[in-house]
Amino acid sequence: MIVAGEIGNGAPHLLQVENISKYFGSVVALNDVSAHANAGEVTCILGDNGAGKSSFIKIVSGVHEQDEGRMLVDGEDVRFHSPRDARARGIATVYQDLAMCPLMSIWRNFFLGEEPTKWRGPFSRLDVALAKRTAREQMAQMGIDVRDPEQPVGTLSGGERQAVAIARAIYFGARVLILDEPTSALGVKQAAIVLRYILQARDRGIGVIFITHNPHHAFPVGDHFILLNRGRVIGDYEKGTVTRDELVRQMAGGAELEALTHELEGLTASE
Amino acid sequence: MSTAAPPVASDERLVAIGLGKRLLTRPDIGAFLGAIAVFLGFSYFARDVNWFGDPAIWASWSDQAAQYGIVAVPVALLMIGGEFDLSAGVMIGSSGLLLGYLATHADMNIWPAMVIVLLFGLTIGFLNGITVVKTRLPSFIVTLATFFILQGVNAALTLKLTGQTAIQDIDTAGGFDSARRWLASEITQYDFKVKVLWWVGLTIVGAWLLSKARFGNWIYSAGGDPVAARNIGVPVARTKVMLFMMTSGVASLMGIIEALELRSMQSKEGIGLEFIFIICAVVGGCLLTGGYGSVIGTFFGAAMLGMVQLGIVFAQWDSNWTFTFQGVILFLAVMLNTLIRNRAQKAR
Repeated sequence: MIVAGEIGNGAPHLLQVENISKYFGSVVALNDVSAHANAGEVTCILGDNGAGKSSFIKIVSGVHEQDEGRMLVDGEDVRFHSPRDARARGIATVYQDLAMCPLMSIWRNFFLGEEPTKWRGPFSRLDVALAKRTAREQMAQMGIDVRDPEQPVGTLSGGERQAVAIARAIYFGARVLILDEPTSALGVKQAAIVLRYILQARDRGIGVIFITHNPHHAFPVGDHFILLNRGRVIGDYEKGTVTRDELVRQMAGGAELEALTHELEGLTASE
Repeated sequence: MSTAAPPVASDERLVAIGLGKRLLTRPDIGAFLGAIAVFLGFSYFARDVNWFGDPAIWASWSDQAAQYGIVAVPVALLMIGGEFDLSAGVMIGSSGLLLGYLATHADMNIWPAMVIVLLFGLTIGFLNGITVVKTRLPSFIVTLATFFILQGVNAALTLKLTGQTAIQDIDTAGGFDSARRWLASEITQYDFKVKVLWWVGLTIVGAWLLSKARFGNWIYSAGGDPVAARNIGVPVARTKVMLFMMTSGVASLMGIIEALELRSMQSKEGIGLEFIFIICAVVGGCLLTGGYGSVIGTFFGAAMLGMVQLGIVFAQWDSNWTFTFQGVILFLAVMLNTLIRNRAQKAR
């Protein structure tokens, strides 16, 4: 028998949420949602606008508390009261705005809030050499060869900026990495690059939770897929048990899309 | 780390950027070049005096520059941190008057009186900072209110306590001479002021703080993107309050220096200087939106304004033109900053 919170072989999931619900006044944002993330796997949470993706992120990252249901890390019951609690458990979130200052250099952004210092007391100063070297090394592990760590982050491409945020989260001890729509603002090429970073993080043993509305981005990298619609789970698939077309169809709401297609064809025909 | 970063020198994508272009992405270079241009300009227009060779000329413009540059250091840091302090000028007057009152009417020794004045400055700065952080009002408005409140207090209280518009005879206080030696004396036969050393020293401390201390990283991020900085764990509110305290504290130091130098204090002292400090910082490359700027550049900005002030006198022009010069310099500096900022952001 498999106990709740365990994978088949008896080891607990890295992160598991069970039957979570969240209400904002009379609005049901999440209704009985369950999901889990394992080390070295990518869990994709798919949903259109208003499906409950943001509420899901905010609960898992400690911004909001769930009204019902429970959350387990390494099989242990946890309750997050702030993002700090989540971070202490190794759950890091990379938001769409990436929490970076565009006019500051790569190394300053990389260590923002966690600056390495040397010497003590009033002479405590930034260890600039260490910070630059570490930023370069960590970026190299993501497959990015940083030309100059003094470069302002604003001069990086969208994909590279995403990589800085991911590398930073991993360096500061993330075991579960939540990525909030990391590809949505990017062009095709840049999006492909970010997908490669996701795989790189996975290969380093991180449990990645990839939030997206784009099944074409989720399908090639995901190990399992959870589809949300109107705050409910409408599909939960392991890799290999679902086709890309099926994901696209479910995302678009199946019959609705067909109706829309007909309507659009009608429009073009009448011209 | 198995995949160590390749050595910097062998990266073929690091194109050698020309010196000119590299300098143009630095925030402080404009101020440096501008100061040189102003110097050369007045060495022509005011050629009755020897700008290059006469140490007395250097002593007089550096005196004026230190007058601006000392407070401009924390004002620049505050602007990089994303805030303004319009009360920095009037704080000079308030602090000098308080020192004068304590020394003459309360018969205090000048040294403990100076400690009280500095604590007063830090308190005003704390109130400015905590109000801005808690109410989330623009610091422009909050410190404008502080400015007007203190301006009224300075004039009204001075008149009520002394029956005059100034506090005189500060040099009657005990310890006056030793305090003056450290803060407001002349150090060479050419009358170089000791406050020039304070200006240079504070610039070094400020520049070190900004580029080498942890606090410097927090200043940049507090001005660059306060929401992002807070999300990642930077104590943004604490950083801003400390910057306001530094600004008011250094303005108090300037008030002490002036009171010791002049031996008396006018109730209108310092008013109008708040804008000069901001001009120094803007000339030094500080963006009005925060997140970018330079203390070294601000140093050259103050030097430039000091030269303008004295140069106009030596050139025997109407001194009212000083304001016009300051305005033109401010305008040119803002244009240059916008250019440099855009280059820094789109360097590729």
